[in-house]
This record gives sequence, C-alpha cells and structure tokens, in this order.
Amino acid sequence: MSGAPPRAQDGRMSRYRIGERVLQLTLPVGTLAVGVVIWEAIVLLGDLPPYVLPAPTRVAATLISDWPVLWGSLLVTLGTTFLGLLLAFVGGTALAILFNQSRLVERALYPYAVILQVTPVVAIAPLLLVYLPQPVAVLACAWIVAFFPVLANTTLGLNSVDRNLVDLFTLYRASRLQALLRLKLPAALPYMLGGLRIAGGLSLIGAVVAEIAAGSAGAGSGLAYRIAESGYRLNIPRMFAALILLSGAGIAIFAALSLLSHLVLRRWHESALAREP
Amino acid sequence: MIGSLPLVGLRDIAMTFANGTRALTGFDLEVRGGEFVALLGPSGCGKSTALRLIAGLASPTGGTIAWTTIGEPQAGPPGPNIGFVFQEPTLMPWATVAGNVALPLRLTGMGRYEAALRVAGLIERVGLGAFADAFPRELSGGMKMRVSIARALATDPDILLMDEPFAALDEITRFKLNNDLAELWRALGKTVVFVTHSVFESVYLAERIVVMTPRPGRVFAELAVEAPYPRGERFRTSSDYVGTCRKVADVLAAATAGGAQA
Ligand SMILES: Nc1ncnc2c1ncn2[C@@H]1O[C@H](COP(=O)(O)OP(=O)(O)O)[C@@H](O)[C@H]1O
Ligand SMILES: [Mg+2]
Repeated sequence: MSGAPPRAQDGRMSRYRIGERVLQLTLPVGTLAVGVVIWEAIVLLGDLPPYVLPAPTRVAATLISDWPVLWGSLLVTLGTTFLGLLLAFVGGTALAILFNQSRLVERALYPYAVILQVTPVVAIAPLLLVYLPQPVAVLACAWIVAFFPVLANTTLGLNSVDRNLVDLFTLYRASRLQALLRLKLPAALPYMLGGLRIAGGLSLIGAVVAEIAAGSAGAGSGLAYRIAESGYRLNIPRMFAALILLSGAGIAIFAALSLLSHLVLRRWHESALAREP
Repeated sequence: MIGSLPLVGLRDIAMTFANGTRALTGFDLEVRGGEFVALLGPSGCGKSTALRLIAGLASPTGGTIAWTTIGEPQAGPPGPNIGFVFQEPTLMPWATVAGNVALPLRLTGMGRYEAALRVAGLIERVGLGAFADAFPRELSGGMKMRVSIARALATDPDILLMDEPFAALDEITRFKLNNDLAELWRALGKTVVFVTHSVFESVYLAERIVVMTPRPGRVFAELAVEAPYPRGERFRTSSDYVGTCRKVADVLAAATAGGAQA
C-alpha cells in the first residue's frame, strides 16, 4: 500500500510518530490476517479438497505433525546456505583483495566472474549434479550465486578509499600490507557487509534451486527437496508448510545479516546512524 | 627567527600534469628552520601542488628540491620527517580520536602502549582531552581539524605542511584555531608552511608571506610581517594589521593581474 503518513517534524508530533510505528507493524499483520481468513473461507465454502488447496489451518496442522521431517530438512538447507555463504565471503573477499593488488590478475579473471554471475544458476545446477556428488553440487550452487555480490562489493569498497588518506599512508611510508589492513579493508567493510546481505538471500536461492534440480535424482533431504517430493506425492499441505519455512529462513537470514552489519558499523558509519527523534 | 638555517629549498620547480596542465613553472622557495611561512595565491594557482611536492607525494617534472639535514642523521626510514594537514580533516571514520592520532606512530612501527602514551599528550595539547575515545562522526568540524593537527604532530616532524586547513570552518572557529595554531608553533618551534587564499589569515599567522601568480604558479613577491607574537585578538583590529593586509592585498592583486597577462 502506498501513501505513508507524512513524517513527524518535531517532538510535539511524537504521538503521530508512535501511531505511525504501530500502523507500520499492524498494517502488514492485518493484511496477512485478512488474507488467511479469506483463504480459509474459500476452502470451507468451496469445499475444496486439500490436494487442490489446503486450508491455512490444515497447513498449520501439517507444520506441527510433520515437524520432525521438516525441521531436519530445514537444518540441511540452512547448513548448505551458511556454508555456501561462508565460502563465498572468504573466496569473494580474497579474490577482491587479489584484484586490488594486481591489475593483471583482475583483467585476466574478472570477466569470468561476471560470466559465472550472469549465467542462470538453474541452468548450471543440472550440469554440476552430473559431475559432483549431490551435497557438493548443491553447495557449489549456493556458493556460485553468493560469490559475486561479495566480490563486486568488496572490489568497489577497496577502491573507494579517501585519496587524502592514501596520501597520508604514502607520507608515512606505509607498506602495502599496512595500507591493506589499516586503510583499505576498514574502508571496504561497509561495502562488504552490504554485499554479504545480498549474498545471504542468494545463497539460499542457490541451495534451493540445486535441491529442486536434484529432486528427480531423489537423493536429497533439504527443504526444497521436500517440496519437490511432496509435489510428486500430491501432499500439497506439506508443500505449503515447507514453503512457509523457506520464507521464514530467508527473512531470518536477511535480518541476522542486517543485525550483524548494524553491530559492526554502529559506532562509525553513516548507514548505521540511529534515526534521531 | 634566530639562527634560521635553510631547511628545504625548491629551485626552478616545474610541474606539468599528465593531461598537460602546467601547475607550476620556475617556482623558487626557500623555507628556513623554525619559520612560519604562508603561501598565498588565488584558487588553482598551484599551492596544493607545491605543498605535495615538498611532501614528496608527487615528483616535479623539472627543478630540484633539496633538504638540509638538521642534527645528526637519524635512524629509521630516510627522508625528512613531515607532518601534513589537508583541507579536509581526512580522519579514518572507523577509528577513535586516539586511534587516528596514533596512526603515524603505528605505521612507523611504534608499539601500541608507547604510542598510546604519546597520543594522550598530543590530544591534550590540542584541547581534546575529553574526546580521546570519540569517533570522528561525533566531533564538530573544528574538533576534527584539531585531531588532524595532533596527528600531523605525532611523529614530531621537522616541518608541518598545512593546505588551507581552516578554509571550510566558520569564522569564529577559524579565529580560535588560528590563535591555537600560533600558540602551538611558538611552543613547539616547528617549521610551518601554511597554504591559504585568505590575505587576512596569512597576515595574522605568518612571519613571511609568499605571494604566487595564477597558473602556472610561480613566486611573485615575498613580504615580511614584522608584528611580534603573540599577536592575539587585539592585533586583528589594530591599524598595523589592517595596513599590512592592505599592502598584501595590493601585491596579490598585482600578482593576479600580471599573471593574467602572461
Ligand atoms: N592530478 C592532477 N591532474 C591534472 N591537473 C591537476 C592535478 N592536480 C591539480 N591539477 C591542476 O593544477 C592546477 C593547480 O592545482 P592546485 O595545486 O590544486 O591549486 P590550488 O591548491 O592553488 O588551488 C589546477 O588548475 C588544477 O586543476
Ligand atoms: Mg588547493
């Protein structure tokens, strides 16, 4: 919905501000509630069988009854996502540093990093599944999509150093390592964390895509595999339940990385400035 | 000042940038140990370029820069010990005031604790004792500039190069920092080269004013300011100050007109 109320200008209007906050929270929750009620009503009134459209109450019941299976699958997918993200962060940062230190390496490798990025991971996944064991292939997909935002953002950050600070380091005859550790990496940190936030969501998508692609092979146990499997068995309530868990996982990853970014930057970076009352 | 030996001499300096811009031609300057010299000229005349050449941040395309070694040759990295203050405070936003001031010491290999001891004194010296643990974001423009000055003094440099350090500050803050800088200079006996485009600031601060022509910059004239230190706020309103300012302004006008014809 558009048309947010105008921002309060001073303390006198703080009651409006609180009202605005409450509205910001209640509105989406309200929309959800209304949607769920309509959904339930349609299923009830239309007398739809669960394999066509399960009612929200039915999905909730499935979430509870199938919890052991779903929880195990969630852990598998989250594990892949985090490992992929971690490897992407380490690899992306390391390659960005290498690029920053050597123009030659950058020229030689950067185009391939871009190609890896622009090729849809859905298209790469089946090929990887041919050559790699299934868990490794899934991990590789999560890594591939998460890698580029980290690389691109860190590269940008390392090049966004204040020129005068560079001069200052030159003046004091700082070594390359000193310039990297004391100047370039700290300056790049906000960019790196921004890249990581994007990469977190992408890593989950990469893992899901690979699990779905592997689904037909039937060797997986991740949440996306559960969705594919439930689809074959027409277990539609479980599909919905797994989907809700996946969305929740995506939201949680984004929130966690945002929190991390805030905690790291809160003392000094503009992006972490608290909104003054 | 007493016993002023030449500290650094620039002879027939030319600086042409890669894009063909001739910033300096036939630029001669001699800076004597312990003096406060102002480099005055219109915007774009090559003041910053001259300062960067002295600092060794760029190499001239012509001419020579010669340093006189003072005292016995020191251990450590070769070359003059220089402090530089940029027009912007140029602080590391991720480091505290203490961390920023400690940077030159840490870069030259001093241990954390020894540096911290030194830094505490420096921060006190520029009047920021209560803000050692503050981040730059939490400071005013004037306070940031004080941090920048403290950092430039950290290595106890032979010479302090300042590139229009107070140009972006409001007048009240600028006057205060002018006074404090003059005090520091008298107390520490450092050599200062102070770049400015303000006639008033140059006359208030400097013993000697070097007036530059517009681009390509060279030295048009040198004027001595005889008024004794400490000059203080009374000097700002004295007829002596006003008269000197008028004289310097006339020379600057002549330099600008002459340069435009060249
Ligand atoms: N790196 C550079 N490349 C090309 N031209 C430059 C560069 N740095 C400065 N200049 C030019 O040289 C002239 C003198 O610059 P500068 O020394 O910054 O002047 P000032 O500090 O007196 O204002 C200006 O015309 C400026 O545009
Ligand atoms: Mg300048």
